[in-house]
Amino acid sequence: MKRALIIALATLCLGTQLLAQDTADPAPDTDLGPMQQVLQENAELIVESSRRTIGPAIDAVANSELEAASFVLETWAAREMYQRTSDGLFFAAEETGDDIFTLTDFDSGDVVGESPDDDLEQIKPNSGIRGLIGTALVSFQLNDPDPEKREDAISSLERRANADLLAPLRASIEPETDPALRARKIRTERLLTIAYDPDEAARIAAIEEMSGDLGVDVRATLNPLVATTIRAYPDGVPDDVNVAYTLRPGSDELPRMDAYAMTDGPAIVSPDDIRAALQANIDGGSVGGIPVAQLSDPARREAAYAALAEAGTVPPRPTEADIDAALDATTFAAIYAEPSAAVTAAAEDALSAIDTNVGFNQMLDLGLDALSLASIYFLAAIGLAITFGVMGVINMAHGEFIMMGAYTGYVVQQVIPNHTTSIIVAIPLAFAVTFAAGVALERLVIRWLYNRPLETLLATFGISIALQQLAKNIFGTQARPLTSPDWLGGAVVLNDVVSISTVRIAIFVLALIFLGVFLFIMKRTRLGLETRAVTQNPGMAGAMGINPGRVNMLTFGLGSGIAGIAGVAIGLYAQVTSEIGQAYIVQSFMTVVVGGVGNIWGTLLGAGLIGTLHKGIEWFNPSNTLAAQTYMIIFIIIFIQFRPRGIIALKGRAAGD
Amino acid sequence: MNFIKTALTGTVAAAALGSAAFAQDCPIKVGVLHSLSGTMAISETTLKDTMEMLVAKQNEAGGVLGCDLEAVVVDPASDWPLFAEKARELLTVHEVDVIFGNWTSVSRKSVLPVIEELNGLLFYPVQYEGEESSKNVFYTGAAPNQQAIPATDYFLEELGVEKFALLGTDYVYPRTTNNILESYLQDKGIAEEDIFVNYTPFGHSDWSKIVADVVALGADGKKVGVISTINGDANVGFYKELAAAGISAEDIPVVAFSVGEEELSGLDTSNLVGHLAAWNYFMSADTAENETFIADWHEFIGSEDRVTNDPMEAHYIGFNMWVNAAEAAGSTDVDAVRMAMYGQEFPNLTGGTAVMNVNHHLSKPVLIGEILEDGQFDIISQTEEVPGDAWTDYLPESAVLKSDWKDLECGMYNTETETCVQLKSNY
Amino acid sequence: MQRSFLMKNPSIMVFLAVLALFTIVVTIGSEAFGAGFVSTSFVKTLGKTLCLALVAVAMDLVWGYAGILSLGHFAFFGLGGYMIGMWLMYERTKEIVAASMAEAPIPPTPQEIVDGIGTQIFGVVGSAEFPVIWAFADSLFLQLVLVVAVPGLLALIFGWLAFRSRVTGVYLSILTQAMTLALSLYLFQNDSGLRGNNGLSGLQNLPGLDDISQDFVSMWFFWGSALALALGYVFAAWIVSGKFGSVLRGIRDNEARVRFLGYSVEGYKLFLFTVTAMIAGVAGALYYPQAGIINPAEIAPIASIYLAVWVAIGGRGRLYGAVIGAVFVSLVSTFFTGGQAPDIDLGFYRIQWVDWWTILLGLSFVLVTLFAPQGMGGLFDLITGRRHPERHGADLGPDKGSLQEEEAER
Repeated sequence: MKRALIIALATLCLGTQLLAQDTADPAPDTDLGPMQQVLQENAELIVESSRRTIGPAIDAVANSELEAASFVLETWAAREMYQRTSDGLFFAAEETGDDIFTLTDFDSGDVVGESPDDDLEQIKPNSGIRGLIGTALVSFQLNDPDPEKREDAISSLERRANADLLAPLRASIEPETDPALRARKIRTERLLTIAYDPDEAARIAAIEEMSGDLGVDVRATLNPLVATTIRAYPDGVPDDVNVAYTLRPGSDELPRMDAYAMTDGPAIVSPDDIRAALQANIDGGSVGGIPVAQLSDPARREAAYAALAEAGTVPPRPTEADIDAALDATTFAAIYAEPSAAVTAAAEDALSAIDTNVGFNQMLDLGLDALSLASIYFLAAIGLAITFGVMGVINMAHGEFIMMGAYTGYVVQQVIPNHTTSIIVAIPLAFAVTFAAGVALERLVIRWLYNRPLETLLATFGISIALQQLAKNIFGTQARPLTSPDWLGGAVVLNDVVSISTVRIAIFVLALIFLGVFLFIMKRTRLGLETRAVTQNPGMAGAMGINPGRVNMLTFGLGSGIAGIAGVAIGLYAQVTSEIGQAYIVQSFMTVVVGGVGNIWGTLLGAGLIGTLHKGIEWFNPSNTLAAQTYMIIFIIIFIQFRPRGIIALKGRAAGD
Repeated sequence: MNFIKTALTGTVAAAALGSAAFAQDCPIKVGVLHSLSGTMAISETTLKDTMEMLVAKQNEAGGVLGCDLEAVVVDPASDWPLFAEKARELLTVHEVDVIFGNWTSVSRKSVLPVIEELNGLLFYPVQYEGEESSKNVFYTGAAPNQQAIPATDYFLEELGVEKFALLGTDYVYPRTTNNILESYLQDKGIAEEDIFVNYTPFGHSDWSKIVADVVALGADGKKVGVISTINGDANVGFYKELAAAGISAEDIPVVAFSVGEEELSGLDTSNLVGHLAAWNYFMSADTAENETFIADWHEFIGSEDRVTNDPMEAHYIGFNMWVNAAEAAGSTDVDAVRMAMYGQEFPNLTGGTAVMNVNHHLSKPVLIGEILEDGQFDIISQTEEVPGDAWTDYLPESAVLKSDWKDLECGMYNTETETCVQLKSNY
Repeated sequence: MQRSFLMKNPSIMVFLAVLALFTIVVTIGSEAFGAGFVSTSFVKTLGKTLCLALVAVAMDLVWGYAGILSLGHFAFFGLGGYMIGMWLMYERTKEIVAASMAEAPIPPTPQEIVDGIGTQIFGVVGSAEFPVIWAFADSLFLQLVLVVAVPGLLALIFGWLAFRSRVTGVYLSILTQAMTLALSLYLFQNDSGLRGNNGLSGLQNLPGLDDISQDFVSMWFFWGSALALALGYVFAAWIVSGKFGSVLRGIRDNEARVRFLGYSVEGYKLFLFTVTAMIAGVAGALYYPQAGIINPAEIAPIASIYLAVWVAIGGRGRLYGAVIGAVFVSLVSTFFTGGQAPDIDLGFYRIQWVDWWTILLGLSFVLVTLFAPQGMGGLFDLITGRRHPERHGADLGPDKGSLQEEEAER
């Protein structure tokens, strides 16, 4: 009581002192407009521009009740407020000429002149300050005729609100004409009610209303209500706290030593502390009667410490029995920060309903991710399924065809700036470029090596490193931008948990299209028929009038061409570098092998298996993506032990060797 | 055999004596140990060019100690053991007086034993994880307290972030930096469960799940911020996914320690406006020195499109300090130059003066920039010069260590026991 | 017996003589023991090259003689390096820690020393605990046993699984590639207990021999590598010379027929796979102390592919071919990465070798496979006048290995 009185007195003194200082200031320059005066009073804070200290300045402007307040705040947040170095005045400024700025006065809203760049200091509010300004602007903007400003206001509210804004928000719902904005206002109002409404019943009603909603914002509102802290109570839990549950020491949540540290028993002495204590008490070559040389033995150290404790030089160590006794005498409980038990109970119920829903949706999202990854693997592997799966050629340069496709996309985008057109041009062009490269590779190298598959591997590996280095020489080592058109730039959002980026959907669709194209070519065209014939028995096919050389060349070109298109797609969502192919080559081979060579459905299943597995393992161990890849490969190795010919194995004569 | 050996030893000794009599062998050789092929060529080739430019400019200005400089460029090909081999080659075969090089920490750790054994001199220009001090290395890049800690402070104080996602590529710099940050954040009262850590492999491209995880962090109503130590190419996929998910800097700000102008040139930045990076230098710094540097660079490389970045500034400062120290010492002898380096001052490109401290780290200002549409950074915060700290104060086992090569002559001095833990660095 | 074996294979004597001569020349030229025209860094390069030659011999055994194109032998090489690296790192750190702790007022407990070593070694990955796999790190003997045992065991398990389910040809190649990829990704993790991407470093400093200059240490390792290569070469030659070797070649040329003849093909393959993995382990254990650092990037799949390429360039199916290939490619790449090759000015374009030598290397793989399937070793056939059947063109019969067009026309 006495202390409180002193504090009160001190505050009073301080207050008067501040007041005295204020009056001692020179009278404000009457030439300045009222807003300029407000700004000048807070000039130091505004220029310092730190979120920790800016509060009073924003409040001063917002609460100035001047008409210019919202104009100032908006200008400020848009980084268009400048201070003139010569006289320290603030203006809204806009660059109108070469390094020449046109200045607008805040009070009058009139253009007051021009100033060169050198005389102006831009006020750069960081995003923390911009957030605060946004919140301060809310009450001005909630009923603004411009819907964009109203939207800004709601966005600010969604990010950062306070209890004072609940009333203005409620008042603004009724006059709102835009249905989308109105819905957002209502939702925000519900959430603010949960957080700030003084009426317990209203809060519970709002909580129940939002129960089961998937939005991150709902959980963000509810979770703080049910946040708990663990406390130790030597005399039992008092009645005036909102207890979530009581805990036993020694559980995972409350390890024994942590629990003991919360009691007021004597502190635990660690081996390090013992060493430090002994070190501090060396007395003529011995500590506590034990020679220093013997102290390399932990048991002797403890004995020495005990002797010191006996002598009273160091605090005694608590025994196990002491610790048990202290723990037995104490109750540990998790306490809600929120005092109202009814609110926390309602929030817990709502959250458990939400959690089930979120869990389900997370599985869905994971499924989508897996599907997307599978389609990427499939797309990367489909060309390989043709060259390796059908023709049996190991093409280590397959990854470099993907790279060539991606770079083709980049080059096209340099020539055609329109992203949509450039992608439409890039896809066939990438096919053409890699088709040509594939045909060249087949004619020059691979056809000489059809009887020596292992040597094909080495020769194409040579091609692979040569192409990579060539790409580095041409395009440099830095990653190149391949930007997706705007309509592919966003994401399809089902709810706050389930969403997938549009590029990935496009890749998925592309993979499906290729599956169709592949099946069509193989089953319905002359080329497909000939390819299958040549694959099964080149000699016999030759006897039937098929030119095996031509067929091999075209098939190989087709496989390479598809890799090129895959390259454009992959470049859209990942980085275009000369090493882009390397990231996919081993995975692609595994996809084909796991799926079963020579069968496109096998490749599809293989990609599906690898994608799902990858995401599944990642889900178990979210902090380590590398582990997911390792375990996936180990799984594949083991899988191949049991199905050495893949998921769908060719049988009979088609199986070859 | 034995006779030959004795005779040869005699000649070698005589030769050594002879050379000592001359003041300086011309030309003075400057080793450049940056990968020109392999994965790291992406970043390191630029630094090789920077060194060649600096050497050429110095020769125009009359060289050092009356001698011309000659840059000896080798290619360690992003192969870590090869770094050690090439460093030995530079020091013993080419007999260079100083080496400028390395990017990754592994490559530095690979080179350290060689440099220390042969008493060479290395200038290391990249921001790194600290926890190291070598007598033979000058660290001109940022230590964690010159980049990571101020950026985290900015998150805590200016952006009010309460929950942290530490995303990194799985190697030593992110691991150690994140360790330090975890410990620092816990000191600042951030609960352990409010720190989410994830490591991804080099060149990772499948970011959808991780980005979704980060968004989900916001579910308990705390403001989430991402501290990214993601390296190199992988950033492209990460930022693309971030943009696709529609995450704006207002909702979840991302501060990156390894993303500079060079990395952004591989990206369309229009969706990334407002995300942050912390460095000691940004190309947009508005000083006369910087203007000249950029103009020189454009002229040397023959393209107006090439950007400058932080490690380039580190080499610029390091090289000029070495030149001044060699002039001051009157020789390029490693120990003489080393002693002359302490207290060397040179103007930063961002304004102010960099000072070389006795722990072989620079005092430099820390800058935080917001990404702009054109791939440049808007500098929104610039501190006073911060002295680099070899041993972080935020990990208990390093808090007691300090490095002072001038008076204590020890890089790992335990201030509690007042002993020198070890003279060689830990590699 | 031994004499007759050597007499039957004069090429072994020639090889050993060349190796001995080479060793003597380098020794005379070294900075430690001679004239000093071979720099220490070059001695290290040569010593490492000899280790690479040894692993290439192992690769040739498994690929050139038994027809198993393993794209994972560098994994065994790396494991050998890791095993010796653990001891080197542990002992060196122990010296430093013990010395520093001895200065403290109170002598350290054994546990404190171990903790101190743990902090030093694992500090970079933010840990201080010794993982279980370091249990034997304090014993040189046990770690040396592990140098052979760990790669051998991995090869045994992997080979047993793979050969048992009759995975052959390119499937086996891809599977071995997957194995080495999995291993390197695993080691990349910081939690793997082998310092993640940092790997083990400072391996060139032998514990207790701080005062001895690297000039000498490098020579010791050079001799060690030369000896290991000699022994490995003789051992490999002995394996392939007898009946065992004939069976291996039989498996290479037609596995099914050998199986029908009643041989346990799987047993032969497994034995060879395991033995070569052990040889690779030994080579790695000698290589990495000379390189100074080992990290997971060393065992990335590409390294093993390079290994196959060396053997192909040198000429597979002949042991000296593998050695020639490894030595040639490794020295050429040292030359080009050293920045020694002069640029060529074409007027309109300046060829810088750093940019172009990889392309040259890649193209040379292609050319060798296409035009010189016998590799550089084939040059010796020109001298000795041996001729190989020309097996180009399309098959004339339904079976693999049947007479081919151009062959028949001859």
